[in-house]
Amino acid sequence: MGLEVDIEKQLESYALRVSFRANDEPLSILGASGAGKSMTLRCVAGLERPDRGRIALNERVLFDSERKIDLPARERRVGIVFQKYALLPNLTVEENIGFGLDHLPRAEREAKVQMYVGDAHLQGLEKRLPGQISGGEQQRVALARALAVDPEALLLDEPLSALDTYLRQQVERQLAQTLAARRGTTLFVTHNIDEAYRVGSEMLVLSRGEVVAFGRKRQIFDHPPTMGVAQLTGCKNLSEARAISPGVVEAIDWNCKLNVARGSEQGKHVGIRAHHITFQEDGAGSAEVNSFPCWVVSTSETPFRVTVYLRLNSSPGAGDGPHLQAELYREKYDRLKSRPMPWRVVLPQEKLFTVPD
Amino acid sequence: MSDSLSPVWLSAATSLTATLITCICGTALAGWRLRRSGVVFAVLDGFFILPLVLPPTVVGFLLLLLFGRHGPLGRVLWTMGVSAVFSWPATVIAATVASFPLMYITARASLEQVDSDYLDAARTLGASEWRVFRRVALPLAAPGLIAGTVLSFARAFGEFGATLMLAGDIPGKTETLPLAIYFAVEAGEKVRAAEWCVIDVMLSLLLLFVLYAWTHKQFPVRASARRG
Repeated sequence: MGLEVDIEKQLESYALRVSFRANDEPLSILGASGAGKSMTLRCVAGLERPDRGRIALNERVLFDSERKIDLPARERRVGIVFQKYALLPNLTVEENIGFGLDHLPRAEREAKVQMYVGDAHLQGLEKRLPGQISGGEQQRVALARALAVDPEALLLDEPLSALDTYLRQQVERQLAQTLAARRGTTLFVTHNIDEAYRVGSEMLVLSRGEVVAFGRKRQIFDHPPTMGVAQLTGCKNLSEARAISPGVVEAIDWNCKLNVARGSEQGKHVGIRAHHITFQEDGAGSAEVNSFPCWVVSTSETPFRVTVYLRLNSSPGAGDGPHLQAELYREKYDRLKSRPMPWRVVLPQEKLFTVPD
Repeated sequence: MSDSLSPVWLSAATSLTATLITCICGTALAGWRLRRSGVVFAVLDGFFILPLVLPPTVVGFLLLLLFGRHGPLGRVLWTMGVSAVFSWPATVIAATVASFPLMYITARASLEQVDSDYLDAARTLGASEWRVFRRVALPLAAPGLIAGTVLSFARAFGEFGATLMLAGDIPGKTETLPLAIYFAVEAGEKVRAAEWCVIDVMLSLLLLFVLYAWTHKQFPVRASARRG
């Protein structure tokens, strides 16, 4: 059951080769722009034809190049929410939501439209045109319209990217609730790491048309399989690594030696996420593993969080850049900043990961 | 005005009939041509647009060959009891052929610029290709289609050369306003020609107004539809 995709398609600058399965839990598809995310969705929806492969939804074959099956979009039962929503500008909110329900008797259609209007909190806006409602409302209309035809798979193509930051969080929460309550396959395409993490249970990472990671999101964030996935999932600190002894590597770009999980010392790069880096406040010396003296090169502040750029093991001379960046809460930073340099930074062993490439 | 007003009615009936045919056929062909590419279609495009490029006399002569008693199309129409030359239908044929390219070109351009996301959204909502065309593409292309209809009407209303070749100048039967003016001048009846000209201007404005009202009813463009 669920959605099975295994397709190939030659695009202008690279070949899209995607293979994955999605069940009833939302699957986030993460990738930089131009990685093939939208094209994958369009192939599933039947708006683009893959060169080769097979797509099946709940055992129903939607596309099979060998058996020459290619169901038209209207027969696939795949709903899609476009990045810019594609609400029909000449139809009202309720006409848009009811667009896919014209085969129903009038009374039944109107009842169903009213139900989705209610679910999407659009009461009072039924007679408005898309151009007369806000971006967040438009997004809800687009979602309601796609859900109204009761699709077996729901595809969302960057549905939050057209909203401003404030609205985005609010709409994302509503969206996540709607998706969690829904039965059926959901694919959520985004280039935003936080969104991908919050909305999906499983995650697929695409890079230039290839699947570079696919699995439980926690697993992918804690142990990225490749350097590319580490970067795509927002890891800011990556250093070339050289194995020294079992469980110990030299982080060449960071000017230090690190204890890592045994067996992982053969990786070519070592990485740690900025918010996993901690600081010793008690001045207990070098008692902790992977603890080093560090100097702050520069800082970048937001109201609640501070990013500090650090050099390890030596005080920075003129023109020296930072080795690492660490992210910490402002309260913690305020306690630290009065202390004399060097501070002591800790790269917790269990948070360090290595990648083979 | 000593004469009957027949050129006025003839001109109105001919140009409106021709515009109606052109509007429907031009839009339908443009819609059918959408998303199709290849040499065959490019050649076909050339044929559709040819009447705009050729001198009206050439168009008229070709139509005469095509629709004459012994021409391929003329013979078919003749068996159906329609005389396609030197008759009122001939004025309609000439005006239709002359105005068709304007409608076809504008309709194609305006249908092509409809954002394909709208069409795709309708498809994923279960709409047939016909419904996608009727409910999504046509209303969104409406401003262009209206422009094309108005241009076609203007061309049909002013049609002279091909009409003279195919329909001749038979007062009360094929003599439209442009022909009436030409032959009035030729006969030295300057006053009558001037009267026809004034009527021509007034009728053009009246018919354009009717046309606008009709097309806006066919393709309602809601005032705020383009916002956001």
